[in-house]
Amino acid sequence: MKLMKITKIALLAATSLMFMHAQADYPDKPIGVMVAYGPGGATDFQARIATLASGKEALIGQPIYILNKPGAGGRTGWNWFASEASKDGYMLAAYNVPHFIAQSIVFDTAYNINTLEPLGNWGADPAVLIVGKDSPFNTVADLLSHADANPGSVTISGAGKFVGHHIAFLQFAKASGKDLTYIPAKGGVDALRLVKAGEVSAGFNNLSDSARSAADLKILAVADLTRHAYLPDVPTLMESGVDVDDSSVNFRGLMVPAGTPQDVIDFLASKTPDMFNDGKTQGKMKSTNSPARVMTRDEVIAMWNERQAYLTDLLAGLQ
Amino acid sequence: MEFLDYFSNVFTFYHLALLIGGTFAGIVLGALPGLSPTMSVALLIPFTFHMKPESGLILLGAMYTATVAGGAISAILVNVPGAPANIATAMDGHQMAKKGLSREALHYCFMSSFVGGIFGVLILIFFTPPLARLSLEFGTTELFWIAILGITIIATIDSKSVVKGLLSGLFGLMLATIGDNPVLGVERFVFTDHLEGGVNIVVGLIGLFAMPQVLNLMEKYYSEKHPVLSTEGRSSLMQSFRYVFGKVKALSIGSFIGSLVGIIPGAGGQIAGLVAYDQTKKVSKNQSNYGKGEPEGIIAAESANNSMVGPSLIPLLTLSIPGSPTAAVLLGGLLIHGIFPGHEIFVSENTAPVVWTFIDSLILAQIFMLIIGLFLSRHSGWIMKVPDNYMAVAILVLAVFGTYSIGNSYSDVLIMVVLGTIMFFASKAGFSAVPVVLGIILGPIAENNFLLGKLIGGARYGDDWMIYFTTGTINVTLIVICIASITYGLYSNRKSKRST
Repeated sequence: MKLMKITKIALLAATSLMFMHAQADYPDKPIGVMVAYGPGGATDFQARIATLASGKEALIGQPIYILNKPGAGGRTGWNWFASEASKDGYMLAAYNVPHFIAQSIVFDTAYNINTLEPLGNWGADPAVLIVGKDSPFNTVADLLSHADANPGSVTISGAGKFVGHHIAFLQFAKASGKDLTYIPAKGGVDALRLVKAGEVSAGFNNLSDSARSAADLKILAVADLTRHAYLPDVPTLMESGVDVDDSSVNFRGLMVPAGTPQDVIDFLASKTPDMFNDGKTQGKMKSTNSPARVMTRDEVIAMWNERQAYLTDLLAGLQ
Repeated sequence: MEFLDYFSNVFTFYHLALLIGGTFAGIVLGALPGLSPTMSVALLIPFTFHMKPESGLILLGAMYTATVAGGAISAILVNVPGAPANIATAMDGHQMAKKGLSREALHYCFMSSFVGGIFGVLILIFFTPPLARLSLEFGTTELFWIAILGITIIATIDSKSVVKGLLSGLFGLMLATIGDNPVLGVERFVFTDHLEGGVNIVVGLIGLFAMPQVLNLMEKYYSEKHPVLSTEGRSSLMQSFRYVFGKVKALSIGSFIGSLVGIIPGAGGQIAGLVAYDQTKKVSKNQSNYGKGEPEGIIAAESANNSMVGPSLIPLLTLSIPGSPTAAVLLGGLLIHGIFPGHEIFVSENTAPVVWTFIDSLILAQIFMLIIGLFLSRHSGWIMKVPDNYMAVAILVLAVFGTYSIGNSYSDVLIMVVLGTIMFFASKAGFSAVPVVLGIILGPIAENNFLLGKLIGGARYGDDWMIYFTTGTINVTLIVICIASITYGLYSNRKSKRST
């Protein structure tokens, strides 16, 4: 009897030691990053660039691989991540704010800011207000005075509903007080096509993609608090007299599910900003025209909370 | 003629090795269900990360070219199209293989792919500026009418009975409404979490074609001893060559329609192949032989889906607007190499060498695709001799892995198996899988563009939003073609009824 008890205690001690050992050794195998969009898209290739340096000993010390789980605007992947992914620090995911927060407010999702823990932010792509090259509008004021004269006839495209472009549109319509029509295209590329072909009056689209297409477009304003380094001559919406802040900026970064051991979160959170700031990674972000903005875990937590409160308010009338 | 200046860049040992390797891998991957051209190119992009831009693009271009043709191999030999672009190929290709003419079918397929492919790249080289402008003319309402045109052929494409064709098409259209709708921003008909992502086109394709084939083979294995085919075809390369190049009408209809569909943003190889097949059938003298192993069907479909490749890059390279789903993925490949599309891409000092080397490599990729394809045709006859039970297991394994690889999702595998089982029993009752897949492909194009067009038209014309759909040269032309297609369908249906 006694012997069994001793064996039990010994076994318990051994397993807990092994467990502690495993914790101390983390990470001892490659780490996955789930991307809720298909391979080749902006979030996918930026995630690959941002995690390039993870193998360095001073950083995470293990290579990172990408697991794509696309579907339903990201909901398929994020639902899987929040409900089924392992909580041992070997499966991370890329987040897109405001997308996932807006979806968690509008739809019945397994995820929200309380079931996810951010690690760090690598990029921020603001929405810009664009019109076609041959458009009669040259400023935000031109567009708004046309909307004043023709209520409802001004159409503005964006990449679907409850994404950054849609948030920017809702803010723009609310702040300007004009009657505008949102055209939710299937993805950012399609929304851009509608503007270039002159099917819509204007569009909200990614700053990175619009800056690349500058020859076919006129960029009227940036939906951010400050002007952007890629477009120093383009004013912010606030400068143009419409009170729109940075709530629609598309932030991208890494997260783990809630329930992951705190020391694993702390370890990853301490390493990710340095990984994103790696020289080669930043060079590659720049050469691919991907706007970088590195933020720490604490900064991201504050940003998530702020967005949650604001978007709950903004989307309240739409559900 | 600046494209000639950069040919020498392609002829380095490294680039030729990439081309041959990429083409060979592309044909093999293309033949596997699930690894469609879009998927193969997407998976390859991260691999090109550390290459020089021109090397990376050469590999991606070779992959794009070869996977489109490779999908025909499985379509012909096992009646499982490797990608949506090869659906039309399966209808006659597999019938030929069943008659013991698999080698001929593969010869025709690769030769017509080559002709279409070269035609498409030449269009890309010489007609980019005017066609880029034309591609912008195809907007929301035009795409809606193109989808409707596709729907008009659903009833007659592969069914003996119009009613069964329509019912199958309706089933496909209904499947397409499951899941997230980006325009409405709502989820529809999601009864379980498995359906949240909707029915992916390639998942549907594998389910509707591969699963019934597995069940058919098992049934055959248990019910009868099937005689093993003693022949896989007799024709020499030269005979096949003469035959294909004698079919000028099918080749030119295929190449022309494929190129046109290529420059239209949002359409792709699947639409190119099916529309070309249908048009060739309508003007053919051997109409009654279509669906029973008519070589013209293969020639039209394969020249069309390969001629789509070059022109699909025209709006992509000049306007950053992809001409096909695969070109959309290729956009990501261009961007990670710092190649930003625009009209100056062909002349700017930094990008011109990369872009012209890439385009030149597409010509060589077509040539390697032909050579490797014909070589494989010689040796692929043994697939027809594999005993049914082994074949069933092999297809099942590939179908499950292929489906899972699309979204790393177990739900997709479940959807595939359920759809396949339904299709197996439905095919016993004379229903065909082709109109169902056509419904899954065309449903979202028709619906989303209708909703968007209605929104835009509403903002412009108020209650008279229909004006937006019925004005404009291309819209009117497409409406006329739609009416002609329906009238022709009714007429030929009545004619065939009277003659039987």
